[in-house]
Amino acid sequence: MRHVLSVMVENQAGVLTRVAGMFSRRGYNIESLTVGTTENPKISRMTIVVEGDAHVIEQVAKQLHKLIEVIKVSDITKEEYIDRELVLIKVHAELSQRGEIMQIVDIFRARIVDLGAKSLVVEATGDQGKISAIEASLKPFGIKEMVRCGKVAMVRGVKSKVE
Amino acid sequence: MTITGAEALVQGLVSEGVSIVFGYPGGAILPVYDALRNSKIKHVLVRQEQGGVHAASGYARVGGKTGVCMATSGPGATNLVTGLANAYMDSTPLVAITGQVARSMVGTDAFQEVDITGITHPITKHSYLVQKADDIPRIIKEAFHIASTGRPGPVLIDVPRDVAEEICKGKVPDKVNLPGYKPTMQGHSAQVKTAAQMMIAAKRPVLAAGGGVILANAAEELVQLAEMIQAPVMTTLMGLGSIPTVHDLYLGMPGMHGHPSANKAIMECDLLVTVGMRFDDRLTGAVGKFAPHAKIIHIDIDPAEIGKNVRVNIPIVGHVKLVLQSIIERLEPVQHQEWFDKIRQWKTEDPPLYLADEEQLTTPMVLQRLNQLTSGDMIVTTDVGQHQMFAAQLIRLKHPKSFITSGGLGTMGYGFPAAIGVQMAKPEARVVCVTGDGSFQMSMSELATAREQGLPIIILLFNNHCLGLVRQLQHFYCDRRQMAVDITGSPDFVKLAEAYGIKGYRISHPREIDQVLQQALAQDELTIVECEIRHEEYVNPNVLAGKGLDEMVLGKGGNS
Ligand SMILES: Cc1ncc(C[n+]2csc(CCOP(=O)(O)OP(=O)(O)O)c2C)c(N)n1
Repeated sequence: MRHVLSVMVENQAGVLTRVAGMFSRRGYNIESLTVGTTENPKISRMTIVVEGDAHVIEQVAKQLHKLIEVIKVSDITKEEYIDRELVLIKVHAELSQRGEIMQIVDIFRARIVDLGAKSLVVEATGDQGKISAIEASLKPFGIKEMVRCGKVAMVRGVKSKVE
Repeated sequence: MTITGAEALVQGLVSEGVSIVFGYPGGAILPVYDALRNSKIKHVLVRQEQGGVHAASGYARVGGKTGVCMATSGPGATNLVTGLANAYMDSTPLVAITGQVARSMVGTDAFQEVDITGITHPITKHSYLVQKADDIPRIIKEAFHIASTGRPGPVLIDVPRDVAEEICKGKVPDKVNLPGYKPTMQGHSAQVKTAAQMMIAAKRPVLAAGGGVILANAAEELVQLAEMIQAPVMTTLMGLGSIPTVHDLYLGMPGMHGHPSANKAIMECDLLVTVGMRFDDRLTGAVGKFAPHAKIIHIDIDPAEIGKNVRVNIPIVGHVKLVLQSIIERLEPVQHQEWFDKIRQWKTEDPPLYLADEEQLTTPMVLQRLNQLTSGDMIVTTDVGQHQMFAAQLIRLKHPKSFITSGGLGTMGYGFPAAIGVQMAKPEARVVCVTGDGSFQMSMSELATAREQGLPIIILLFNNHCLGLVRQLQHFYCDRRQMAVDITGSPDFVKLAEAYGIKGYRISHPREIDQVLQQALAQDELTIVECEIRHEEYVNPNVLAGKGLDEMVLGKGGNS
C-alpha cells in the first residue's frame, strides 16, 4: 500500500541526503519526495510517498526518527488531508489546434503560461488523478516535454502542528 | 581573550571530561594538534588510524566514558571508516574528529580531500561538517551528548583547516537544543505492568541479555530479576558478562556457535524476555523457526530495534536499567522449579563440546587454564574467528565490561588495539587479548603503541596457520574445498616480540601451558604468548545457514 508521510526536519544542510540515504540503504523505495521550508524558517517539511505494508512503514518511520534532525514523522495516509502535485507540460500546438487545447486547459482549470511558435506550456496543479487526466488529454497533441513534482500534502484543520 | 576554533575544540574536549585522545596527525588537522599541545589531554599516537578508533572503542566500553579519536583529512579519515562502522554496530560511544581541507577547497578534489561526512553517513549516529568556528563549542557539546545518550554510538566532527584557524566567538550553550532527539527513558507503565504479569504467569520463562544491559549498567537488575522469577539467563556475544558465568541461572550464549542448552531453551520456552539485544541473525538462526512457543517481551532503548527482525508481543522502549527496575517493583518472587530443574538437567546432559586430548594442544585447553590461573579476574578482548567463539563459550567472566569483542561487524584487527584502549582506561586490570594469526596481523603494528605506553597486555595468539573460521565455513559449505585460507609467510611471533623488545613465549604442548601462562601472568609486561594449535580445530556447535537453533551440528573434541 502507498503511504504518505509528513516529516518535519531541521532546516540544515545535509538533511536531505541523510533522509534519502536512509531509504536506499535499507532498501525502501521512495515513490516521491518533496521538501520545502515551512512557516518556521528553522524547520522544513518533507512529504514522502512510500510503498510498503504496515511493517515496512513502521520501520521506515522509526528509522527516520532515528536521524537526529528529524523532529516529527506522521503517517497521514489515513487522515483527512489535502494533497497537490504540480506539472508543467510543453505540448505541441499548431495554430489550428490551439483552440482545442485551450478548452482542455479550461476544463481542468489549468493555465497556459508560455506560448511558442508551435507549442504551449501548460501549468496544472491538483491531486494525482487530475494531473494524470490532463496529461492523458494532452497526449494526442504530442507532449514535447513534461516535468512533474512530487506530492505535497497537509492535514486538514488544526492538527499536525509540530508540538 | 580571543581563541581559535581549534582552541575552542580542545577546550570543549576538556570540559567534556576527555583526558585521552587516540590519534594520528596530518596537514589538515595541524591546528587542532597545535592546540592540543597546550592542553592537559594526553595524546596517544597510534600506528594507524584504525588502531586509534578501535582503541577509543575499547577505552569507552570499559571506562564508561565516550572515547575520542582524531585523524587528518583524506586517508586519515578513511582509515577511521571500519572502526566507526564497528562502533556503530556495537553501540559504542565515540567522538571522532577529522581534519578537512579549507572551506574554499572543499569540493575541488583538493589534495587529501575526501567527503568523510558523506562516506560515514550510514555508519555514524550523527555527523557534522563544521561551517564556522563560532559553531564549535555548541557542536562539541552536542556531539558528546548524542554519542553517549539514548542508544550510544559514534559521532563524527569534520573540521576544515581554516575553520580551526579562525577566531571563535561562540560560547558553549547551557543546554543542548536538539528538538528531534529525545530518547525515551522510562518504559510505558502499562506495558511494564503487562510484562511483569506475564513473567509471573509464565511456566518456562527465559531472559536473554544483550550488549544494551552492559551499556546501561543494568547487570545488577538483570540478575535480580532472574533470581526473582527463577528464570535462566542467556547472554548474546555482546551481553557476555552481564551475569557471572558461574551463576546457577546462567545458560550460556545462544545462536550459531551458542551453547546447546541455551538454544534448546529458546526453542522450548513459553516466555522470552529480551533485554538490550537486537535479534542478530547469528543469534536467531532461521527467523521463522525462532522461539516457536514463546511470547516475546523486547526491552530496548532504540524503538527502531523493536520488530525489526523478529515480531514481538510486548515492546518496551526505554532505558534498560530503568525499565528493569520498574518491572522488578511490580514483581513478586515466583518459582519455576520444574523448568529450572529441566534446564539444569539439560546442562548436565550436554555433551562436552571439547574433549581434553592430553597430547595435542587445543584452544579450549589453554583458555580453561587461563580461567583457573586468573580466577576470571581479567578483561578479555578478542579478535574475530574461531578463537573469538571459543573465548565467548569458555572464558569465565565475573563482571560486565570484561569481554570486549567486535560483535556486530566482526572486525578482524579489533582485539589488540581495543586492548590498548581497555588497558589505558583500566591501568590496574589484567588485560588479555585473545587473537588469531590472521587477525593479529591486521593490527600488530600497534605493538609499538602498546610498548610506547608501557601497557602490560598479554596477547594470547592462537596460531593455526590459517584463517580458521573461514576454513571451517569452507569445510561445511564448499564440500571441504579450501581456498585462500592458509597463512604462510607469518613472522616468528616470539622473534617479533624480541624485535619490539617485549616478552615472547610459545606453547606447543599441553604440558607447557601452566608454566608459560604463570610466568606471563606474573610479570606485568607487554607479552606475546603464541599457542601452536592444529589446522583442523573446529568450533562447535554450529547452526548452518537456514537452520533453526535446534538443528545445530554438535561434533566433539574440536576435531570433527
Ligand atoms: C576485516 C575482516 N576481513 C575478513 C573477515 C572474514 N573472516 C572472519 S573470521 C576470519 C578468519 C580469522 O582468522 P584468525 O584471526 O587466524 O582466527 P581463527 O579463526 O583462525 O581463530 C576471516 C578472514 C573479517 N571478519 N574481518
